[in-house]
Amino acid sequence: MSGKRVVTLTINGDQTEVLCEPRQTLLEVLRNNLDFTGTKEGCSNGNCGACTVLMDGRPVVSCLVLAVEAEGAELRTIEGVACGSHLDEVQSAFLEGAALQCGICTPGFIVQTEALLAENPNPSEDDIRFYLAGNLCRCTGYDKIVRAVQAAAEKRQVARSV
Amino acid sequence: MHAFDYQAPTTVAEAIQLLAKHNGTARPLAGGTDLIDQMRVGRFAPEVVIDVKKLKELNVLSVDADGLHVGAAVPCYRIYSDETVNSQYTALADSCHIIGGIQIQSRASIGGNLCNSGPAADSTPSMIALGGVCVITGPDGTREVPVESFCTGPGKNVLKPGELLVEVRFPTRPANSGSHYRRMIPRNEMDIAVVGVGASVVLDASGQKFASARIALGAVAPTPLFAQAASALLAGQPVNDETLDKAATAAREIASPITDMRGTREYRIHVTGVLVKRVLQAAVARARGEDIGYCRGH
Repeated sequence: MSGKRVVTLTINGDQTEVLCEPRQTLLEVLRNNLDFTGTKEGCSNGNCGACTVLMDGRPVVSCLVLAVEAEGAELRTIEGVACGSHLDEVQSAFLEGAALQCGICTPGFIVQTEALLAENPNPSEDDIRFYLAGNLCRCTGYDKIVRAVQAAAEKRQVARSV
Repeated sequence: MHAFDYQAPTTVAEAIQLLAKHNGTARPLAGGTDLIDQMRVGRFAPEVVIDVKKLKELNVLSVDADGLHVGAAVPCYRIYSDETVNSQYTALADSCHIIGGIQIQSRASIGGNLCNSGPAADSTPSMIALGGVCVITGPDGTREVPVESFCTGPGKNVLKPGELLVEVRFPTRPANSGSHYRRMIPRNEMDIAVVGVGASVVLDASGQKFASARIALGAVAPTPLFAQAASALLAGQPVNDETLDKAATAAREIASPITDMRGTREYRIHVTGVLVKRVLQAAVARARGEDIGYCRGH
């Protein structure tokens, strides 16, 4: 009754089939079954945002989604942010602004920032802090993270206006 | 997590049948932001998880002659992105904006918030203030329960085995009305309310007197409360500090909070009075079409 089933989903543009149990979270299946280990496990209870992925364009914590719920979904994970070896504006801004220390929270912050900038290309500091409130950084690098998001937003705006 | 079966019915009838068949051993799954964590820590170990997100009735977000219909599985972000909710059922938008972080709001529903029946649920006081009615379907048909009568204790509610919350319906908003929800937390976001207050007011045509009001309190009793006496005394009264103080005092009287890590009983009672006044002021300003300068989360 709790047997395995095949889930078909699209990850970073590629359609994938995966055999999983209903009790497995999307986070678990991404990391353990599909080897998308860029998505990190932090708290596993929805508080820290380390496992954030985009599901049909919306940011979700993959630890609070069952893999079977992702049937037919389009996912974007941290692996789908860079274009080959070319980092996108958010990744470059985090790197250049030293917006990370240990790095565990970084994939979640970057994916969440992608969602923010898609929705609001020119966010205020308050908008950024509010949108990223579901992502925790234990090294407490929030100021640098906020500045990196601002820098990425500016860079993207300039790139668009050229 | 324990092993369980997963079912995703596509009709309410099928969902009810599944719930009834697995009497007591099945749990509905909407956004999963409570249930998946509860299963992970072993608080619940259902044999069957019934995903209700494929049921069209539970995904309804529409307005008709009966008012606003919010399907039980509609996630928070859809609610606060809705123009009607934002302009007329503003307290509900306020609540949905501060439940968890953005990621949680992508999944979490007000139906789930209500069925989880937490005393500090952020959307429940707004639903009570806006006169929400729960539409429940089960093996014996459909029944309606006012939101203030839905929760019966922490984690407990009136749902009988086999019953499913389908939607919450809110009456059409009268002219000169406004609403607001606000909570006290020590930070700006991602926290559980120390006290939460939702209020809806209707003013007379001059905008100077209350025609009616509904005030609801969260986190100050085993269930969210409808502050009936505090609400009733506002009818016909002028909008001034004295009136608001009376409502705040009456609301404080029904608060019976516990002392815990988030605050002492005395503190929570004090904050109840402060928030009732502030939330009423904001609801009045909205009823008058004024900008309340509210920054969500602050």
